[in-house]
Amino acid sequence: MAVLELTNISKHFGAIQAVNDVSLSIEPGQVVGLMGDNGAGKSTLVKMIAGNFRPSHGTMRMDDKELILHKPVEARQHGIEIVHQDLALCNNLTAAANVYLGRELRRGVGPFRILDYAAMYKRAGQIFAELKSETRPRDLVKQMSGGQRQAVAIARTMLSQAKIVLMDEPTAAISVRQVAEVLNLIRHLRDQGIAVVLISHRMPDVFDVADRVIVMRRGRKVADKAIASSSPEEVTGLITGAIEQVA
Amino acid sequence: MAVTLDQTIAQKQHTFLSRLFSSQTFWVVIAVILACIFLSFATDAFATSKNLYNITRNITFVAIVALGMTFVIITGGIDLSVGSVLCLCSMVLAVTMHAGYSIEIGILATIATALVIGAFNGIFIAYLGFPPFVVTLGMLSIARSLAMVASNNTVVFQFGPDHNKLLALGGGAWVFGIANPVLYMIILALITGFILRWTKFGRHIFAIGGNEHAATLTGVPVKQIKVAVYMISALSAGIAGIIETGWLGAVTTNLGNGMELQVIAATVIGGANLAGGVGTAFGAIVGAALIEVIRNSLGLLGINAFWQGTFIGGAILLAVLFDRIRNFRRSD
Repeated sequence: MAVLELTNISKHFGAIQAVNDVSLSIEPGQVVGLMGDNGAGKSTLVKMIAGNFRPSHGTMRMDDKELILHKPVEARQHGIEIVHQDLALCNNLTAAANVYLGRELRRGVGPFRILDYAAMYKRAGQIFAELKSETRPRDLVKQMSGGQRQAVAIARTMLSQAKIVLMDEPTAAISVRQVAEVLNLIRHLRDQGIAVVLISHRMPDVFDVADRVIVMRRGRKVADKAIASSSPEEVTGLITGAIEQVA
Repeated sequence: MAVTLDQTIAQKQHTFLSRLFSSQTFWVVIAVILACIFLSFATDAFATSKNLYNITRNITFVAIVALGMTFVIITGGIDLSVGSVLCLCSMVLAVTMHAGYSIEIGILATIATALVIGAFNGIFIAYLGFPPFVVTLGMLSIARSLAMVASNNTVVFQFGPDHNKLLALGGGAWVFGIANPVLYMIILALITGFILRWTKFGRHIFAIGGNEHAATLTGVPVKQIKVAVYMISALSAGIAGIIETGWLGAVTTNLGNGMELQVIAATVIGGANLAGGVGTAFGAIVGAALIEVIRNSLGLLGINAFWQGTFIGGAILLAVLFDRIRNFRRSD
């Protein structure tokens, strides 16, 4: 059964048709590469799933129930987590503080509740261990490598029972070795039955880690097929428009 | 393999000492202590109980406002209106009590005034997107003018039926001969330190200063928190105003003139970063202490008072220089 299903989704801003009649479904434990040129509608599509925008037309269903999101917090409550392109990290805080930002653990009663540093360090450490990332919860994010920063941002998605993780260009600005690290993090999420939507410009990454690739061009979905039955050449053709559409 | 990974994750990179030595506040404390030791030997007047009483009390007014300013500066904002707000609050207290109301009503009116001004600043900054510098610069002008309106630009020195209570509140020394304002400062510093380190609110303030966009994306109520910090800043100015009124026994419309710069200097010397994300309650107090010790010592050493600004300015630059040097080393 699909964890998320989009039916005939469209979004326009005034006269601009950003997303046009897109339908797709995402299965649990599946990594879907979402590709397309700048302005193809990837970000708009993802922002609708993340609760930033409301679709102009069409419906979204999650676990067979209609999904209507007014703001990003509601998406999170439904188990949709986003790893933003800029990672949304505070350099002046520790890794654990960043993981728990906005959902800090506290102990005590009533108005006398204080931050539970010990519990947050412990749980953040466990998540980093699960992700096989050498990231210390007590270190400031300022001093961290690109791969570690990705791990902190991804660790956020593992605090609650996420069903879908949307990742916006997670490998755009990091070194080759760190890219491998991030792709491993994505596999870990997948192995736990979490669906991952990977928005990327980087063909090798998508073909390395994704099970399926969806290509968008000018607001329309022009391809949606298993990675095994596609090729980088075909996807490039679809992105540029050299190939019009494939089934 | 798994064991080594766990060990790596559990490792603490910073010991207590390394953290201490890398903190700007620590070095400012050392500077204050060295200055005090030097002055005790160099002058007869410094280490007398009367002078120490004066110094500690003089520190408090700037320090209390600096505590409130610390919240604002950690979020990456600035509040230039504190000196004028202090004046307006003192004047509201003086005028209310002069009109025959009790001290309780006077204090309530003062606190309410402070909170309304803080909310005004905060709403313009957080919801209407005005730059903090501009809004609080406007308030600097407005609040002082309102103080003049409230008092008709006269000096108020009679505070009605509760006159003596007010003077005792600000000028007394109820515990162990420590000046009352010093006690208030210590209590407020402890509360500030607690909020910054142990509450969700405090954590969110640091997050906003570190990366406001990230704080918004992760669901931190950025706008409400910004309004709150400007209210806290104005409140601290109001509290300092009440205490200073009680201590001075008179209010003029000159009170707190130029104080905002001393307060900002104190927070910056104490280690707060005007770019946001860094600052402590202890730092604000220590910064205020260093400024006061410099001022006091120049007088005692017989150096022309015109040099004061040079020394305080030098202290600001020196304190931040330490921070820069540390960062250069780290970026290497």
